[in-house]
Amino acid sequence: MTMHSGAKRSLLIAIVVAVALAPLLEWIVKTHSGNYFNGYYLGVLIDIAINIILAVSLNLINGHTGQFSLGHAGFMAVGGYTAAKLTLSLQAAVPVWAQPILFSAALLLGGLAAAVIGLGVGAPSLRLRGDYLAIVTLGFGEIIRVVFQTTDFFGAATGLPAIANWTNFAWAWSLAAVTVFVVACLVNSTYGRGFIATHDDEVAASAMGVNPVRYKVTAFVIGAFFAGIAGGLFAHHKRFLSPTSFDFMKSIDIVVMVILGGMGRTPGVIAAAIILTVLPEALRTFAEYRMIVYSLLIIGLMILRPQGLFTIGKGRTAKV
Amino acid sequence: MELFFQQLINGLALGAIYALIALGYTMVYGVLRFINFAHSDVLMLGAFAAYFLAPGIAKVLPPHSFASALLITILAAAICAIIGILIERLAYRPLRNRPKLTVLITAIGVSLFIEFTCQHKAVFRSETRRFPELLPINDYHFGGLVVNSNDIVVLVTTIILLAAMWFIVQHTKTGTAMRAVAFNMQAASLMGIDVNRIVSFTFGLGSALAAIAGILYAMKAPGIDPLMGIQPGLRAFIAAVLGGIGNLPGAALGGIVLGVVETFAGGIPGLSNYRDGIAFAMLIGILIFRPAGLLGKATVEKV
Repeated sequence: MTMHSGAKRSLLIAIVVAVALAPLLEWIVKTHSGNYFNGYYLGVLIDIAINIILAVSLNLINGHTGQFSLGHAGFMAVGGYTAAKLTLSLQAAVPVWAQPILFSAALLLGGLAAAVIGLGVGAPSLRLRGDYLAIVTLGFGEIIRVVFQTTDFFGAATGLPAIANWTNFAWAWSLAAVTVFVVACLVNSTYGRGFIATHDDEVAASAMGVNPVRYKVTAFVIGAFFAGIAGGLFAHHKRFLSPTSFDFMKSIDIVVMVILGGMGRTPGVIAAAIILTVLPEALRTFAEYRMIVYSLLIIGLMILRPQGLFTIGKGRTAKV
Repeated sequence: MELFFQQLINGLALGAIYALIALGYTMVYGVLRFINFAHSDVLMLGAFAAYFLAPGIAKVLPPHSFASALLITILAAAICAIIGILIERLAYRPLRNRPKLTVLITAIGVSLFIEFTCQHKAVFRSETRRFPELLPINDYHFGGLVVNSNDIVVLVTTIILLAAMWFIVQHTKTGTAMRAVAFNMQAASLMGIDVNRIVSFTFGLGSALAAIAGILYAMKAPGIDPLMGIQPGLRAFIAAVLGGIGNLPGAALGGIVLGVVETFAGGIPGLSNYRDGIAFAMLIGILIFRPAGLLGKATVEKV
């Protein structure tokens, strides 16, 4: 995998900015609380970062590789529950200075758990074509929800309360930057051309010696991994997990971000993730129209602008 | 043993409804090669059409009579047929030659649009409504078995409709044209078949079946809401895949199998919590071991 030094530098800058901004924002919230910037806005900023992780990772599956997954919220749930369970059971035993270590371990474990489940779901179902895959992933998302809803270990239908409030601006945005970086480097690498080839023409790709199933499964597992990390961040941000947070509608939310941004176009997807997080917050009073507008947006975009809203020109590239 | 037959009857009645819905999925898939996600919402619209028609029809024909139930069902089916044709005309036809993924996403969009528009407070609202009794409900006892009259209605209706479908597809000119379009759309149009007309007809027929299935479903579970179509719709889709998508007898068989398996699994204490997952587990199983379905023929994609 080739790493572009420019991209590496921007990743470092993004992380440094995120880490530096975090105390500043928290200080503003503390001192000016209730004025122009309060905890609610900080929360929305963290939501944006989590949604960027989700959308960019789904974009690797749906956009770059061209496989339509409708179960991203399921992977998010696996990651969220795993991470939350780990921190809930260990946080009392861990001293304050070690909390970030526990948190990163929990996030990593959540991501890995989601990746393993992703492998389990992806390996058999990715032999299937588009619409079957959509249904299988949808079904998988449902199964995951049913399992969490009926397992007492995970709080069953009442959910997991009182999760530590560890997700802050620095964590969320640093990990968002890492996700964008990894996905971009992966897709732009020699190896990553295989994703694009699988997307463009499976038959031609396999004729050229690219194994489409392998690329699909890889994309699926990596996408699931980051969805799991987003789930861990989500759990420690909302401080409460319930199976209903990860229903079909959550998956659709992420899918809409990818479609709106333009499938396979990372900057567009990031823009869509930001807009689709901020807009519903800004338009709380129109909440009942949100899904109607979403659905019309999907239909209209597919008929008039299938390449997405935030893309200029027709060329389909994997460049970030 | 008695319990076994009781469960079998319940399963058959449930499976018959799945079979009716699955026919719509499979017909549309056969002709256009994509999953019409909005099919389950047409089912819901059918139940709501019957709900709103019932008081009006009651003024003309005596309520609970066979004639009024038949009239309501036919009118609801006609309304849904028109809705189905409109959906195809407005949302799917502009995308006829686009990549399948585009059509699939549009279908999800149409489904969400119908669901959320109907949940809006100016339309049906999201609360559950009581579905009117279209026919008098009786329990018949055969030895220790209890057979609900609704179950009999469901089974008889399904058998009649399956036979009618078989006749339409196999023995009418339109049905022959449908099969031709399903086999090869381009060649069919070169043979002088009006492909657009056949696609519209297919959507109309499938949506009418969905409407009838929706009414039967509502009769059995007497509460309807704008999201009522999702669960039976998903199951029916799985049934269609189970039987081999694009294959009409397969859809019927898949529906029955799924209904029976689900009912039996629901009766086993440890499994009943996972009832929702069973259908999907079956789907994943069939896709791994026999992706063409029970009755489907494995096809090789031509390049």
